[in-house]
Amino acid sequence: MLTMRGYCAGWRISEPPGGTVKDLILRFVIGGIAVSAFAALGDALKPKSFAGLFGAAPSIALATLGLTIAANGKMYAATEARSMIAGALVFFLYAYLCCWLMVRRKLKAMAVTLSALVIWLVCSISIWFLVLR
Amino acid sequence: MKVSADFSALKKTKWYEYAVRFLLGGSVTVIAGLLAKYYGPVFGGLFLAFPAIFPASATLVDKHERQKKQRAGIQQTTRGRQVAGVDAAGAALGSLGLATFAYIIWKLLPVWNVAAVFIVALDAWLCFSCVLWWLRKKHWHRSPR
Repeated sequence: MLTMRGYCAGWRISEPPGGTVKDLILRFVIGGIAVSAFAALGDALKPKSFAGLFGAAPSIALATLGLTIAANGKMYAATEARSMIAGALVFFLYAYLCCWLMVRRKLKAMAVTLSALVIWLVCSISIWFLVLR
Repeated sequence: MKVSADFSALKKTKWYEYAVRFLLGGSVTVIAGLLAKYYGPVFGGLFLAFPAIFPASATLVDKHERQKKQRAGIQQTTRGRQVAGVDAAGAALGSLGLATFAYIIWKLLPVWNVAAVFIVALDAWLCFSCVLWWLRKKHWHRSPR
């Protein structure tokens, strides 16, 4: 983390998240690497039910929280993590629904996983609006 | 079935499939940062648990299993969807581990060293997910899943 702090010092860490183009590029690269690494690990593992655990790895959080702490401090990042709990519980519903649609209804994986993202979005925003806001 | 790793399976994934994951992961990370900036950390935090890995992984699992069956001369098969469904069941358990990760970050980050919090949260995510997977396998295992 010290390395991360030092590295970010050259990227105007006083800016809020997404504040500079350099910050956005850094986020993009770190997020891409984190997601690709966990996805590759999931590809290599067997059985698939175990590999699936890595489909819900905290890749975006790992990529984002370090930069957020450097830019906005611990409390800001802790507030994000509180909302992340709700997002993760909606992820559970999303993944369970995908499982049911593919195994029981025999629907195609791409159609199911992409269309169900709308349900994730609607449920997450609803929880934010009704509970977290 | 024992847990094992077969890294030769990574060769089956084409370069553009890796590129799609990289682009998707990078884009979601940027969008999460922008949403936090414009709507605040409470709203932006939701997107730290966005399913960024799972859709592409499940689609690839479905495709690769279907191709395997086609090479064996079986054209009409639902094997790919079943395996992708099993992958989804694992992701559902992993998401509960993800919630545990977020809970630990939320509670410990304001009072602990940052590096220590991340190490504890990652360990908790992995351990909790693995225990749930083991419990499900041991107690609720049914037919082909």
